[in-house]
Amino acid sequence: MTLTEKLLDGTGSWLDDRFHGAKGFRTLFRKIFPDHWTFLLGEIALYSFIILLLTGTFLSLFFQPSMTEVTYHGAYTPLNGVRMSEAYASTLNISFDVRGGLLMRQIHHWAADLFVAAIMAHMLRIFFTGAYRKPREVNWLIGIVMFTLALLEGLFGYSLPDDLLSGTGLRILEGVLLSIPIVGTYLTFFLFGGPFPGNDIIPRLYIIHVLLLPGIFLALITAHLFIMFWQKHTQMPGEGRTNTNVVGQPTYPYFMAKTGAFFFFTFACVALAGTFAQINPIWLYGPYTPAGISAGSQPDFYMGFLEGTLRVFPNWTWDIFGHTVAWNVLIPALVPLGLVFTGAAFWPFIEQWITGDRREHHVNDRPRNAPTRTAIGMAVVAFWAVFWLEGANDVIADHLDISLYLTTEIARYAVFIAPAVAYFVTKRICLGLQRKDLHLLQHGVETGIIRQLPSGEYIEETRPLTDEELAALDVKPRPSLPAPAAQAALEVPPPQMRGGLGRVREQLDRVLTESVPIDAHGDGYGAHGNGHGNGHPDGDAEAEHAALPTGGDQQADGSGDDAGGGPA
Amino acid sequence: MSFTWRRRPAAGYAVVLLALILVGAIYATITGSGESAAATTPTTSQAEIAKGQQLFRLTCATCHGLEAQGTAVAPSLIGVGSAAVDFQVSTGRMPATGPDAENGRKPARFNEAKTHAIAAYIASLAGGPAIPTPAEVSTSGADLALGQQLFISDCAQCHNFDGAGGALTYGKYAPSLTASTPTQMYEAMLTGPEAMPVFNNTTITPDEKRDIIGFVTETRSTPNPGGFSLGRVGPVTEGLVAFLGLLFFMVLAAIWITAKHRKTADE
Amino acid sequence: MSDTGVPEGLPDEPTDAPASPQRVIGTPSPAQARTLLGDGAGDGDRAQLAPRELPADPGNPQRAKRAERIVAGLFIFSLLASIGFIAAYVGLEVGSVDAVLRSNLALGLSMGLAFLSLAVGAVIWVRYIMPDVELTEQRHPLASDSADRKAFKQTFEEGADASQFTKRPLLRRTLIAATVPLAVAPIVLLRDMGPLPGTTLRHTVWRPGLRLLAYGSNRPITPAEFSSPGGMITVVPDGYQDNPDALAAATAIIIKFQPGVLVFGKPSQIQGGYVTPNWTVDNIVCYSKICTHVGCPAALYEQTTHHILCPCHQSTFDAPRGAQVLFGPAPRPLPQLPLTTDAQGFLVALKDFQEPVGPSFWERG
Repeated sequence: MTLTEKLLDGTGSWLDDRFHGAKGFRTLFRKIFPDHWTFLLGEIALYSFIILLLTGTFLSLFFQPSMTEVTYHGAYTPLNGVRMSEAYASTLNISFDVRGGLLMRQIHHWAADLFVAAIMAHMLRIFFTGAYRKPREVNWLIGIVMFTLALLEGLFGYSLPDDLLSGTGLRILEGVLLSIPIVGTYLTFFLFGGPFPGNDIIPRLYIIHVLLLPGIFLALITAHLFIMFWQKHTQMPGEGRTNTNVVGQPTYPYFMAKTGAFFFFTFACVALAGTFAQINPIWLYGPYTPAGISAGSQPDFYMGFLEGTLRVFPNWTWDIFGHTVAWNVLIPALVPLGLVFTGAAFWPFIEQWITGDRREHHVNDRPRNAPTRTAIGMAVVAFWAVFWLEGANDVIADHLDISLYLTTEIARYAVFIAPAVAYFVTKRICLGLQRKDLHLLQHGVETGIIRQLPSGEYIEETRPLTDEELAALDVKPRPSLPAPAAQAALEVPPPQMRGGLGRVREQLDRVLTESVPIDAHGDGYGAHGNGHGNGHPDGDAEAEHAALPTGGDQQADGSGDDAGGGPA
Repeated sequence: MSFTWRRRPAAGYAVVLLALILVGAIYATITGSGESAAATTPTTSQAEIAKGQQLFRLTCATCHGLEAQGTAVAPSLIGVGSAAVDFQVSTGRMPATGPDAENGRKPARFNEAKTHAIAAYIASLAGGPAIPTPAEVSTSGADLALGQQLFISDCAQCHNFDGAGGALTYGKYAPSLTASTPTQMYEAMLTGPEAMPVFNNTTITPDEKRDIIGFVTETRSTPNPGGFSLGRVGPVTEGLVAFLGLLFFMVLAAIWITAKHRKTADE
Repeated sequence: MSDTGVPEGLPDEPTDAPASPQRVIGTPSPAQARTLLGDGAGDGDRAQLAPRELPADPGNPQRAKRAERIVAGLFIFSLLASIGFIAAYVGLEVGSVDAVLRSNLALGLSMGLAFLSLAVGAVIWVRYIMPDVELTEQRHPLASDSADRKAFKQTFEEGADASQFTKRPLLRRTLIAATVPLAVAPIVLLRDMGPLPGTTLRHTVWRPGLRLLAYGSNRPITPAEFSSPGGMITVVPDGYQDNPDALAAATAIIIKFQPGVLVFGKPSQIQGGYVTPNWTVDNIVCYSKICTHVGCPAALYEQTTHHILCPCHQSTFDAPRGAQVLFGPAPRPLPQLPLTTDAQGFLVALKDFQEPVGPSFWERG
């Protein structure tokens, strides 16, 4: 044995003697990780979090979480002589008097933005591919909790420097808390240690931001990853990929190398952003004073949704029996966000209830193969986007030369119209894509080779799909409740289908599983129109609508019973 | 119904073109929507009154009246002072070219001598705030700390913390201060052009005005140590960069890492 | 190493993998027959994938050799960049905006490039130098088999019986009762986080005779000085100009109007609509700067339209008409501060605001 081999062997034995790890680590090393770029979105969030921990630790060595007033005398001359809190002064100090301080601050803030953006992208990916289905509902819920905490963590984090912009955000937080009936004033006074701004809010947010929430995050991230390890990652449909296997590359050395590389990519990304893109220039905002405010005040982008809800809502309040209920603040702060997050949390279970599908799912759906689900997701995205844009409405009004009030008026209607339009358009797009897949399935892939038939007609040759392509199309019947025809044959419907609720459920299921059936004949957009030959007679009119597909595998090479058809 | 036109190669481009036209049409209907310009307030002057009167009659009287008494489309300039005239004309806002919600800065039509002449004429009618002397707008020795406090409490709510400007109602806006000279800033504070409030010399003293001007000029010329400023607009542009820049870059990296190899002969 | 009783491994542990011969690292792997993972019972009619072991070398040695040179170059570049980072840290000072600009650029660029070249190198390594593999691993149903479930159930029930928890209601109930205060106690502990609100939100520090100071310059104001119609300035109470808690409620703005613009009358607390005449001085009116929506300073004043606009959420108030709400989410007008002048002629408060300032709260009424 060489020296290296001896060392490795020795270390391995030493550890194994104490921890019994040989079998476990071997399994771990051989564990297969499937490959798809969308599976790396969660990693972006994970590595951003690690970078936040590292840069945050650096910052905590220099930051003073105190609201005691001091007079600034430091490197940033325009603020010399200005009275400010120690928190603000220490942030100026980090930016201008600590080497690498500004870089660490900027990397920290960019990483925070990337963290939340990646969580959003990751969450959407999970939703659109149906990866939240059994057995992964708990992981989905953990993810939603982490998303909520990430929003809070970011809010508290950027409020720590006590600058004008983030201090205004805290003022708005106070106003929102005040609006809560019965307990609002108490909550506010307890959080701020008295009337706003008090002397306690920055140190309290600090400890929540550096200790409490990161601790919770570490625990949740560990649980999230462990569950993913234990249940194995899902995979996209493809050749050889079934619901009972995982196809990909082993952890050691492939996945380790790739994920390590991705960590460095993430770090490089935020490091270069911190070099070239200035973020949160608190010296320009100035220290917080309750008497001042800047035009174009916005929170960080992930809070923009709530900012938009606050701007868009009309000024409804109730003054009843000596008490005020501030609907104009309560509803925008709680309802839209509450709807989206509660809906998201319940969605896996709602879908299970509607479709009756309680099987394990380890192969992802292609978003087009679940048109209603994808459309619902896009409707929620549109809903979110309207509020996001409204949150920036004064910046948009100024830069795009649109009247300020008009932006709010548009948003008030768009809140209802945009999700509906997004739902409709997305669904049609998905169904259209499914029809395109069906076309490929039935008529093969166009090869670009033109042939002339003896009769003089020109046709394009098509080839049948390869096994790989066929597998990637992920053609299969959608899971669902028994078809209406089968149900009608039953004398007593199953318990879950009885009564008014049962009928509702059936209707919802019909909508939710609407999909282009794979045994449909005809192209769906014309009686003939398939370009070569006569085609076959149109299938049932019903085939185009939401009838539940009744199985029937279409083999790629058997797509031709094409009467006039071209060569197979 | 035959939809074969949808299969033509040009169909895709046609749809994109149609969508662009549609978006452009919608945008055109909602932008620039606002009322006509509201009243402005000009002011006083010094010499060259006659020349100023001649220039005034040639250019300004059509809207402001032969004796500057005002008409239906433009306010009276009697008593506005030379400072107001100097501000409006040197920033190119006047002569106004169109009935927009607000007159914005554009290349000045008159040089400094002619501007001062018109200003002197207007001032000769009934006095009003005067053009500041160079000493009055000199920012040497300015108290920037006080300037910051005043700017934050009385200016930033319209002009933004950095003087980048901001939206007002009905298509009006508080302009960016990047191109404003100290004299123009002084005059604007003094005369309150268009929707801007008036900060006379007994409310914000000349010294305090110099402090504010000093703060603005210092801040806007401060380099951006953190990289590109992204417009100094704040979290809106930062969020855009986070999505369109950072996340997009990471997605590209992810696509590359997980891309399948092209099959080569030996695999 | 001694072989102790092996406990249950992880769920994807292959149950009937053939024993692999003991190999020393470095000996060539046997061809074919050895399976890397468990015998997969393929699912349905899809074909099982080849290959089933990790090849030792890449399939395209020339490409791998080229790639190796590129990757080595990238790693060396990364090394240089890291050294550059240290050099930049040691060599570049901070302490002025320009110096920080240079330092930030140097440190960030070197760090970013160091990481980037590492990342790119690692990816090229995996893609072109490591042999291309695609392997399959079997999943096992996540649900335990019924024997295991039954055994667990039995163990659980045995334990429950042994603990007597189910059989002795007195014990059970008193235990549960005992945990209730334990759960409540942490909440109780938080009581001293802050004082009770009491009536604090109903008042500000304004009181009769307290002078208005211009914020920042801290000078008192006379009507003769604040005389230009269309003027506006932020004001704070004398003695409280450096007190953020007081300012958060007491900051106000004064606006000077032309005669005849203010609409005088009796104010209504909820609807507003009028300016109280004997609360103004010489057509100067004073409104709270704290927006009644969520508390941002509502400071944007348009001289021409006489509108006060709050930049946060665009609540708009009509200044000549008691700051009543014209647009936006604010529910009520900005409270008006009663003004008068003192013996020296300076503007002073006549009394405190006659209603609570700022956002709505439950007890406001």
